[in-house]
Amino acid sequence: MQFRLILAALRKHRLATVLIAMEIALACAVLCNAGFLIAQRLELTRVNSGVDEASLAVLQVGGFDPVQSGDLNARMLAGLRAIPGMQSVSVVNTVPFGIAYGNTGVTLDAAGKHFGGVVGLYLDGPGSFEALGLTLVAGRAPTAEDFQPMDSFAPKDSQVVVSRTLADHLWPGASPLGKEFWSGSLHFRVIGVVAHMARPGAGEGGSGTIEWSVFVPTLPGDSLAGTYLLRADPGDLPRVLRDAKAAVPKIAPDVVLDHDASRRVSDLRERYFRSDRVMAGMMVGVIAALLGVTALGIVGLASFWVAQRRKQIGIRRAIGATRGDILRYFQIENFLIVGFGIALGMVLAFGLNLILMTQYELPRLPFGYLPIGAAVLWALGQLAVLAPALRAANVPPVVATRSV
Amino acid sequence: MPSIAAMGRSYRWGDVMFGYYVDLALRSLKRNKALTVLMVLAIAVGIGASMTTLTVMNLLSGDPLPGRSAHIYYPQLDPSPDANPKHQPWDMLDYRSAMDLWSARRADRQALVAHATLKLRAPSVNQPPLLVPSLATTSDFFGMFGVPFAWGRGWSAGDDAGHARVAVISDDLNRKLFGGENSVGRTLMLKDSDVRIVGVLKPWRPSPVFFDVAGGRFSNGDTASFYGKTEDVFLPLGSAQDIAPSDLQWFTCWGDWDPGRQSLANAPCLWLTLWVELDSAAKVAGYRDFLAGYAAQQKSLGRIANAGNTRMMSLMEWLDFNRVVPGDVRLQAWLAFAFLAICLCNTVGLLLAKFLRRSGEIGVRRALGATRRAVFAQCLVEAGLIGLVGGVGGWLLSLFGLWLVRRQPVQYADLAHLDASMFFTTFALAVAVSLLAGALPALRASRVAPGLQLKVL
Repeated sequence: MQFRLILAALRKHRLATVLIAMEIALACAVLCNAGFLIAQRLELTRVNSGVDEASLAVLQVGGFDPVQSGDLNARMLAGLRAIPGMQSVSVVNTVPFGIAYGNTGVTLDAAGKHFGGVVGLYLDGPGSFEALGLTLVAGRAPTAEDFQPMDSFAPKDSQVVVSRTLADHLWPGASPLGKEFWSGSLHFRVIGVVAHMARPGAGEGGSGTIEWSVFVPTLPGDSLAGTYLLRADPGDLPRVLRDAKAAVPKIAPDVVLDHDASRRVSDLRERYFRSDRVMAGMMVGVIAALLGVTALGIVGLASFWVAQRRKQIGIRRAIGATRGDILRYFQIENFLIVGFGIALGMVLAFGLNLILMTQYELPRLPFGYLPIGAAVLWALGQLAVLAPALRAANVPPVVATRSV
Repeated sequence: MPSIAAMGRSYRWGDVMFGYYVDLALRSLKRNKALTVLMVLAIAVGIGASMTTLTVMNLLSGDPLPGRSAHIYYPQLDPSPDANPKHQPWDMLDYRSAMDLWSARRADRQALVAHATLKLRAPSVNQPPLLVPSLATTSDFFGMFGVPFAWGRGWSAGDDAGHARVAVISDDLNRKLFGGENSVGRTLMLKDSDVRIVGVLKPWRPSPVFFDVAGGRFSNGDTASFYGKTEDVFLPLGSAQDIAPSDLQWFTCWGDWDPGRQSLANAPCLWLTLWVELDSAAKVAGYRDFLAGYAAQQKSLGRIANAGNTRMMSLMEWLDFNRVVPGDVRLQAWLAFAFLAICLCNTVGLLLAKFLRRSGEIGVRRALGATRRAVFAQCLVEAGLIGLVGGVGGWLLSLFGLWLVRRQPVQYADLAHLDASMFFTTFALAVAVSLLAGALPALRASRVAPGLQLKVL
């Protein structure tokens, strides 16, 4: 039986075997966790904002006083609507992936005892609900009467639309329609639910809360001015946005255009997730380098063993072992060592995951990553050992008869 | 007692042996080039990856005010009107508390800091108006934080009290508006008011911009924005309140407030930070007592509800509390060191293979009288040599790695450079790692029994 023979031989090379197994174990732990992190990052970048990103752009101006707001809004709306190709212009406080305004803690009772979470408020003017292209799944869209003037940082008593994710979080298993929540003395009542609605950025609870948003129909005024949602045909949007930016000095000579914040929503999204993509790319690079180094280590050690055992191989060949036997010997040996490493690596992988869970908001490593990691490492081991094993299989039986 | 001559001889002898070992090591490394290259590569890649992340970590977790930070403190109290024994102070102060503490002048130096985005025009320069990030602060700010001036100086305590229309501008803004000339004495229009430039800063890049740090623990590790540029305009707090009351930024509010109608000074909002300089431990203790006393007094007046939770962290403690080193950077460091561990394992295995392959040769040397220690030392020299060469590779790779970091879309990208200390750390780490990797194989090699090996030959 080759198996017993291999195990007996490995016992003679305990140190080297343990080293390679350790290396595989570490590689397994890093591979599983890094793979999981990459998957998490990429999943994050695929978040559904719920709005027609390709058709939307935002234009932001600053440097005006609250008393000028009404006049500014009127001039901007009229001026921007006159641009050819512009389908709609509305006043908003922000857009998905834009600047994070309107984060507020809400409670499920008027007394403020039952905390619901920190949500993102979209304080958006008439026309914006239709312009955003949100998909209603229950209840109704806001009508003209629902738009209320601002009180402190939101209308005093609003009829709002929430995302399905937020509804499930605040009222699990119950219909959210007609439900109420409060923020200080401000009161909100749910009239509709949309399939998806991402807030400008994830809140305190981390990436899981990125869809905790509330659409609050608000009349533009003192504290709601200066940020405009533009909608145009996707192909026409870059030109429309450019024209809009160029028109600002003519429409409102006193304000300052925020070039950096005035972008297409798809650009904002790209920028928002850029660091996640860079990080994912970097981790792919590290995994590649790591697998490369591990493979080189296997090649190095296997070559050494082949060289060391030339004579024994010769003897085995002389007493009847075929080339296939020798090849398989090294392949099985590698399979066993990598197997030890993987067994140890699974424990390490979960240990590393536990550490990462304390440092980052990260869920537990799903078991699915372990067989994948094991398969990758086994395949890598077999690939790395192939060349040295073939060299071993080519050792002629005559070597047995040579003394040195 | 050994004579000086004997000591000298033994030193020379050691020297000769070291040279001999290096020679042996070079021969041995040349004999099996593939294996040598493999080992050097493994160490270089491991060192390159860890040094890149270590440099970035070092850069981001460093002291923004070397030599001064130990004396800078961040007093906090809790202006919450709701009694709650578990309540922690918020990250910033309300106007009343901040003003009271600041005007008491109980510290060696003290500065209030608030943020605003202001519309700015330079009447003498033909450029469209800009929106500039600005800092509303008080006169001690510049002296306390050692802010370097190119021209002019900060304003006086009298300017604070008199809400003087003066400003200090950054090097960046000075270049943008005035082409980098001395612009002291020129006029800027902030919002609708004229202010006179009294000082122009030299390029100043504290990392992180510590006076912008607040709320870091709520940001899920996404703290790269703390490493951006400093504000462009610095002006007295009172002047900022006069010039642009609606442009001051607030951190959060604990009650209802209408920004359109009520000034921030009377709002239930947190928008100021107080920084104090305390030059001795006694003064620190004294200030803690003062802070606690103030909170107790305010509680007895009924303005605040929680007095027992005042807090005063040092600058570095405050940065730690806010976890300013971005989560991604810490993750990269974790990854890099796991990677280095793998490279280490790899090198141990390869060195073991290399040394034991020469068992015959070692047997001969042992039989001819080389001690175990000599064999051990020789093997370590070989490992150290690999480490040194690997270190050069690692240095080149970390330069490449930092170049990659500089191309990342993050605020601290332009800071990522290898300084002298990190350069030497690279080599120290490389040699240390290779010696560590070499110890076990060298020990095994030194245990080779001379007789057995000679028999085989």
